[in-house]
Amino acid sequence: MSFFKVEGISLQFGGLTAVDNVSFEIKRGEIFTIIGPNGAGKTSIFNLISRLYDPSQGHVYFADRDITALPAHSIAKMGIARTFQNIELFENATLLANLLVGRHCHSATRLWQELMFLPGVRAAERAHRAKVEEVIDLLDLEAYRDKIIAGLPYGVRKVAELARALCSEPKLILLDEPSSGLNVEETDDMSFWIRDINHELGITVLMVEHDMSLVNRVSDRVLALNYGRVVATGTPAEIQSHPEVVAAYLGA
Amino acid sequence: MLDFIQQLVSGIALGCVYGLIALGFVLIYKATEVVNFAQGDLMMLGGFFAYTFISQLQFGYWSGFALAVLTMGLVGMLIERLLVRPILGYPQFAVVMATIGLGYFLRSAAGMIWGTDDLKIDTPFAAGVIRIGNLVLAHDKLSVIVATVLLCAVLYLFFNRTRLGTAMRATSENMLAAYYMGIPVKRVVSLIWAISAMVAACAGVLLAPITFIHSNVGLALGLKAFPAAVLGGFGSIPGALAGGVIIGVIETMAGFYLAAGWKDVAPYIVLLGVLLLRPQGLIGMVARKKV
Amino acid sequence: MQFIFKTNYDQDINLVQHRGQVWSYGLLLALLGVAPLLLGTYLQSQLVFVFIYAIVGVSLMILTGFTGQGSLGHAAFLAIGAYTTAYLQSKGVPFAGAGLVQLDLNLPWLGASKLWLPHLGYFVWAGVLTGIIGAIVGFPALRLHGIYLLIATISFAFIVEEILARWESVTNGNEGLRVRSLQAWGIEIPTNHVSFYYLCLAVLAVTILATLNLMRSPTGRAFIAIRDSETAAKSMGIDIAAYKVKSFAISAAITGLAGSLYAHKLSFISPEMFTLLLSIEFVMVIIIGGAIGLHGAVLGAAFIVMVDPLLTWVKDDVPQLVAGLASMLGAGARQAQALEQALGNIGSAAGLKGAIYGVIIMLFILFEPMGLYGRWLKIKLFFQLFPLYKRASFKRQKTYVKTERNR
Repeated sequence: MSFFKVEGISLQFGGLTAVDNVSFEIKRGEIFTIIGPNGAGKTSIFNLISRLYDPSQGHVYFADRDITALPAHSIAKMGIARTFQNIELFENATLLANLLVGRHCHSATRLWQELMFLPGVRAAERAHRAKVEEVIDLLDLEAYRDKIIAGLPYGVRKVAELARALCSEPKLILLDEPSSGLNVEETDDMSFWIRDINHELGITVLMVEHDMSLVNRVSDRVLALNYGRVVATGTPAEIQSHPEVVAAYLGA
Repeated sequence: MLDFIQQLVSGIALGCVYGLIALGFVLIYKATEVVNFAQGDLMMLGGFFAYTFISQLQFGYWSGFALAVLTMGLVGMLIERLLVRPILGYPQFAVVMATIGLGYFLRSAAGMIWGTDDLKIDTPFAAGVIRIGNLVLAHDKLSVIVATVLLCAVLYLFFNRTRLGTAMRATSENMLAAYYMGIPVKRVVSLIWAISAMVAACAGVLLAPITFIHSNVGLALGLKAFPAAVLGGFGSIPGALAGGVIIGVIETMAGFYLAAGWKDVAPYIVLLGVLLLRPQGLIGMVARKKV
Repeated sequence: MQFIFKTNYDQDINLVQHRGQVWSYGLLLALLGVAPLLLGTYLQSQLVFVFIYAIVGVSLMILTGFTGQGSLGHAAFLAIGAYTTAYLQSKGVPFAGAGLVQLDLNLPWLGASKLWLPHLGYFVWAGVLTGIIGAIVGFPALRLHGIYLLIATISFAFIVEEILARWESVTNGNEGLRVRSLQAWGIEIPTNHVSFYYLCLAVLAVTILATLNLMRSPTGRAFIAIRDSETAAKSMGIDIAAYKVKSFAISAAITGLAGSLYAHKLSFISPEMFTLLLSIEFVMVIIIGGAIGLHGAVLGAAFIVMVDPLLTWVKDDVPQLVAGLASMLGAGARQAQALEQALGNIGSAAGLKGAIYGVIIMLFILFEPMGLYGRWLKIKLFFQLFPLYKRASFKRQKTYVKTERNR
């Protein structure tokens, strides 16, 4: 049984081909990174997987199930969470409120129960809060619980974005440029957290990254993309020395 | 058949008035992404000023017309300075409510200053008609159509061919970036409100012989001009005119061929129908946000 | 300054953060409870209006404040609730009770039809029917945003107004319908009786409680998520379509209930009472009150309902007051009288109400964007931080227009 597979996926915007017949497979428990120059189609692939776009061709399989045509909101319940390149947090709410929204795919309370706030709803709220606190503990966000997102510094918001994705207890997490805009220290922290969520929480990570040192540090396998097409797939060492990848992206 | 053409021309003339008001909406929207719900009332005010200049002060039709338009330009700049400039950048809903408040205030103020009776102006178009066979086309309706087409053409060229027009479109997309690029944003926004108010004034004066000048005329027409602007997609000048004409024709045809009561509702039903199929209007554009 | 030391998740989940709040809200409720015994019938009647407007304000807060869907058509929902009440009452259905009623309806394409309707009283049906219509309105509204949604709601309200005027077999058209006093479980509650006041207060309290419960649950958080970022909400597993429709339905249902009470309060309803101006009044409630919390709905309602007595005062008493003041300061008798006459003319001018509404909206948006509740929070903060309150605490950052066309 394959954990996650993308088969021949293509995406066209009018005359522009953003993603051209891309296929790859991810094994459970690995950290898989996609690299490539800007405009190569990396975020488009993410958007196809999380169903914000519809592919022109191809299929996406998760746990042997074809998710290519599912509506965007069913993906979270299946166990796939994602972060966004340009942070999409809820700016006017507190960090805690943001993280609690991340638990939405696990809420089973019905509207009429919520209107009366029955004991079952209260128990569910406590359970959600406990789970969120675990994530806050992991990512050291205690100090920011009740702060409004709009007032937080960029580095904290990036971590909050990761935290919200973790709150949905995913099996596969899609990280879109987790270290963009972070300084060296914050990038180090991020690399530790990525390894933690992979080793401790057992979450498979699919990542888009530009920072090659981070890629080398954490990735199990790397896929290089250029002009929407796969250039090479392999371990970080193999990719670093691959002549086409070097020519297109890494430089001599 | 003759009736049909007669009604069609009436509808197009009415539609041109809606189109002019819708044009005012679109102009302000193109420059500042504000929807000015008081546009109809600016038109009404233009009509009132024209009445004062033409009939009360006896300046003559064309000079009175020009003076009314210029006065409304100043009024537009005043409104922009006092009401709009402080709240630009607020959530769209808040700005829309502010313009609704402005509309109510203008309506009541006009009613208190000029009274609540219907007023008339003497125009050179009032009585004339053109006869083509058995078809009778009134001059006042034709003047509306001609003037509207002219105004639309001028404004379309202005927005799409001149640097100032491009500056205005840039301002509405991202005002901060416009500031950085050296666009005199405050002057641009002032100018656009002035132009919009002047267009409204033209509509008011052209409409005067057809519907008389009354303080509530702005609300009634403004509310019809919305469907027009929305139909045309809110970002397009020819769209505003097209939307206006479509609404005007639908309303006139509905009034003539269907039972009573359908006349007022038909434009809204058409509007809801269009929005169902094309939420961004006929010519409107919604860009997708890159995430 | 109060510092709350949290040791328990329940402290964040509960409605009240500390004992002080229980006392202050309890006191408020007690005051409102004894108010009819202390205030005259006029003020009691005005308070009933405040309650009804506040209920609609709360419903608008759910739709616009929390889910971000602007609506200028809530007068239509109020009308549907009011007309359901009047119509079912004329068929013998009580306010609350249970049974079966036979309706003879003249439907557009089905012709005359007999319908057996089970009911729990028309109050429940007012809410349910308006809620269903709200859900139906919610579906086409799914793809509409911002100004398009506003105009669609205006169009919807306009069409409903026309239908009410034309469907004469049910609504009696422009002649209107009389609404007799409330009958529930055999008890009669006349509209100007103190028990109607308590009924409206109870409905308001229950509505506020239910809404607060909603907002601290997953559904409420989903609403706010939709308002702030639809893309992120979708990725978190929130079915945008379903929740938007839910929001419309809940908001409409609450407004329908308010419509039922409104019909009783006015005891006569006709289509021209439910115009765009009424919808705008409701939006003014949340703008004036502040779209930050439910307190805003109540404060805004109180403010709006006060405008009418204010207008009467301006018309009747202010000209004499000012004239008296002028004579005290040395103006001659004739000048004082001319002044009184001029002010009297302005005061009785037909459009004064509209002008005052317009000025109020503009002033609030310009100077008090967080509304009365926001002002109250600022004052509270001042006293909490005294004497260390900084004047720039709420200084507004310069805002720039960023296009909302990219979504």
